[in-house]
Amino acid sequence: MLAYIVRRVLGAIPTMFILITLAFFLIRIAPGGPFDLEKKLPPQIQANLDRIYHLDESLLFQFCRYFWNIIHCDFGPSFQYQDYGVNELIRSGFPVSLSLGLTAMIIAVFIGCLLGGFSALKQNTFIDHVFMSVAMLGIAIPNFVLAPLLILFFAVNLDWFPAGSWNNGHFSHRVLPIICLAVPQLAYIARLMRGSMIEVLGSPYILTARAKGLSDTIIILRHALPPAILPVLSYFGPAVAAIITGSVVIEQIFGLPGVGRYFVQGALNRDYTLVMGIVIFYGTLIIGFNLIVDVLYGVIDPKVRYR
Amino acid sequence: MTSLTNPKNATNLVIGYLLILMSCSSEEAIENKPNLNIIGRSISKSSDQVLRRGNGAEPQTLDPHKAEGVPSSNILRDLYEGLITEAPDGRLLPGAAQKWEISPAGTVYTFQIRQDARWSNGEPVTAQDFVYSFRRSVNPATGSKYSQILSSIVNAEDIITGAKSVETLGVNALSTHNLEITLKAPTPYFLGLLTHSTTYPVYQPAIEKYGRKFARPGNLVSNGAYRLNGWVVQSHISLERNSEYWNDSKTAIDKVTYYVVEDQSAELRRYRAGELDWTETIPLGEIAWIRKNLGDELKVSPYLGTYYYGFNLTKPPFKDHRALRVALSMAIDREIITEKISGLGEIPAYGWVPPAVSDYAAQSFQFKSMKRQQRLAEAKKLYQISGYSEKNPLHLELRYNTSENHKKIAIAVAAMWKKELGVTTKLVNEEWKVFLKNRKQKQVTQVFRAGWIGDYNDAYTFAELMYSNHGINDVGYRNPYYDQLLAQASLETQPSKRRLLLEEAERVLLSDCPIIPIYFYVSKSLIKPYVRGFVGNVMDHHYTKHFRILEH
Repeated sequence: MLAYIVRRVLGAIPTMFILITLAFFLIRIAPGGPFDLEKKLPPQIQANLDRIYHLDESLLFQFCRYFWNIIHCDFGPSFQYQDYGVNELIRSGFPVSLSLGLTAMIIAVFIGCLLGGFSALKQNTFIDHVFMSVAMLGIAIPNFVLAPLLILFFAVNLDWFPAGSWNNGHFSHRVLPIICLAVPQLAYIARLMRGSMIEVLGSPYILTARAKGLSDTIIILRHALPPAILPVLSYFGPAVAAIITGSVVIEQIFGLPGVGRYFVQGALNRDYTLVMGIVIFYGTLIIGFNLIVDVLYGVIDPKVRYR
Repeated sequence: MTSLTNPKNATNLVIGYLLILMSCSSEEAIENKPNLNIIGRSISKSSDQVLRRGNGAEPQTLDPHKAEGVPSSNILRDLYEGLITEAPDGRLLPGAAQKWEISPAGTVYTFQIRQDARWSNGEPVTAQDFVYSFRRSVNPATGSKYSQILSSIVNAEDIITGAKSVETLGVNALSTHNLEITLKAPTPYFLGLLTHSTTYPVYQPAIEKYGRKFARPGNLVSNGAYRLNGWVVQSHISLERNSEYWNDSKTAIDKVTYYVVEDQSAELRRYRAGELDWTETIPLGEIAWIRKNLGDELKVSPYLGTYYYGFNLTKPPFKDHRALRVALSMAIDREIITEKISGLGEIPAYGWVPPAVSDYAAQSFQFKSMKRQQRLAEAKKLYQISGYSEKNPLHLELRYNTSENHKKIAIAVAAMWKKELGVTTKLVNEEWKVFLKNRKQKQVTQVFRAGWIGDYNDAYTFAELMYSNHGINDVGYRNPYYDQLLAQASLETQPSKRRLLLEEAERVLLSDCPIIPIYFYVSKSLIKPYVRGFVGNVMDHHYTKHFRILEH
């Protein structure tokens, strides 16, 4: 098991290298640079800026310099937000994104599994149809539609929650963004859970368990739930990626100071260092999370062997 | 299977999950608890002197010498005070300088700094502080993007290129409170430039101590009516009144918070929810709704800017083809665009310099006086002279940066050209940076959208854009006579003569028709009725110290 983890971590290094290299050159291929403004800078001022930010060096040299810096965990200064370094920006934005994402994820998994499982037990009843129709709606409505609708209803009309801003993470400021982030994942997980639960409940060993006279509680919790939850578990990786991309939109709409917002602004402003920093950060996060999911998979499902 | 679908089993499932849920981290458990008591929001008391402004994008920096863009400038105007400041209507007022004298030749300015001007830490603001700040502004190592604003000062340009040392700059302290600035040539709008953030004083000890981090809460020492209180990146910046400010007794607002709101619809929603007192702008798509429901709160004022289309004069079909350019310009019905599309009271533009510019008589195309039918007949004639006809129509590309508003206008213009002349227009939209790059390279562009907002209230800020060697002359306009008029104007000491030169230059420009002005901008925002002190001005500069909050 330990050897497996070590191998996976080592295997992630070339992946990260490719990711960094691709991102580094791709963002520089994009037309326009960080200092291309509508007002053109006089050549001497442009030269001064290029010198300060090392943009006058050859690309290869810049790449080596950048690589050297990130090995030392220094993502450099932001081109756009000149009073801050990229490290600082990620450090200030990540707790916001993390707390929103994690809460949304936990809500999505628990409520999703609950509703899915419930629907499976009540298969083809009225309540099952209601749950699954709602879930379908949740998957179908994109969050950039859901968010403004929720704001209009709960913030503008009812005045229950604020329409935006973070306010140091005050509870009321988190509710709507978390709902918007959680709903699509929740809906997807509910459908996933329902399907796999129905399949498991129909399998012979459940029938055997019933034949042996075990109580329904034991059958569902001990025998049916663990295998039924496996598909949900393997959806964790994509779900994290989906929540990260979702947060990019949600943070923009609610005006939250998270990492996703920097990503969008960084790309539009050609803030090379900021975009690179976030790409590396997200890359590490997703690779790390997939690793955790794989390990968990082995814990729950003994059929999975680590070679 | 069927035996498992009784309610009891479902309940068991619920209990199972609840058990797992409880074991998750306590923080999350608290988060998910539906406690209705903490939903209530902290709404400021009705008579509190607190102002909450929507401020567009995250300000790039609060270092006044590096700053660019409206979001930074709005905040810097509250934090710092240059030698000159502005009244609510935009008139120039004494700022950190109490009074000044200008030499008869118009090249030497002597400013007397206020005795009671203080930094937010209580230290006096001196002439040496200004010398340090002006030098820092033009120092190549600072990396200021706007330092060319100071290029009228002796040696400034050479210092920016690195040819001379910063000590040679024509800014000297005659005594603790007397500052002398020497210009290369008389610059009638120089006092107006001194309201720009590149001329603001910065506190030397803080910069030396904190370096790049000097503009952070706790580190920043400033001399304006407000001091920096808090900064949450991508969320808000809050300022509180600076009790050391020389005119603090006249300040009413105690605290002002600038919120980062990039999305205009989100800003409107937050305004309607009572979280903002003042918006940066309004979403144009909702203008009809706003007029109907928030009509009294909508403030629209003329703005120092021109929305225009530029021709690429370096390539066919527009190179050396004046008649064709004029035909296209004449065929556009600007009134339709301002009434039906932009719809906020923008002024249809038949000239380049906005009418709001002071000490200047706005010029216009000769065809402005013609009736629409006459114009169209003339346009058709010119179009045919240029060698095009219905059988052999002109094909052109109209390029704009991706935006709903630009798209609407481009579609309308293309339709007018099609209907009146038979021109086939291909619309191309590009992401902002790509668009700018193409415009600058002048290789693929034919007709492109552009806008220009004046840096200071003088016709020259518009005129210089079309100067042959100017950095943003993206149309590639070159007319030696025009250049000569501008050169003469920049050396002319007599305001009345200078004005005539600039007006003549604009007539030359309009007659050559390198651009199609569409409309003159307006600034627009929503302000709650209890916020008092708003006066529209052409620069759209507003200082929080001029505002107050009524009981509401």
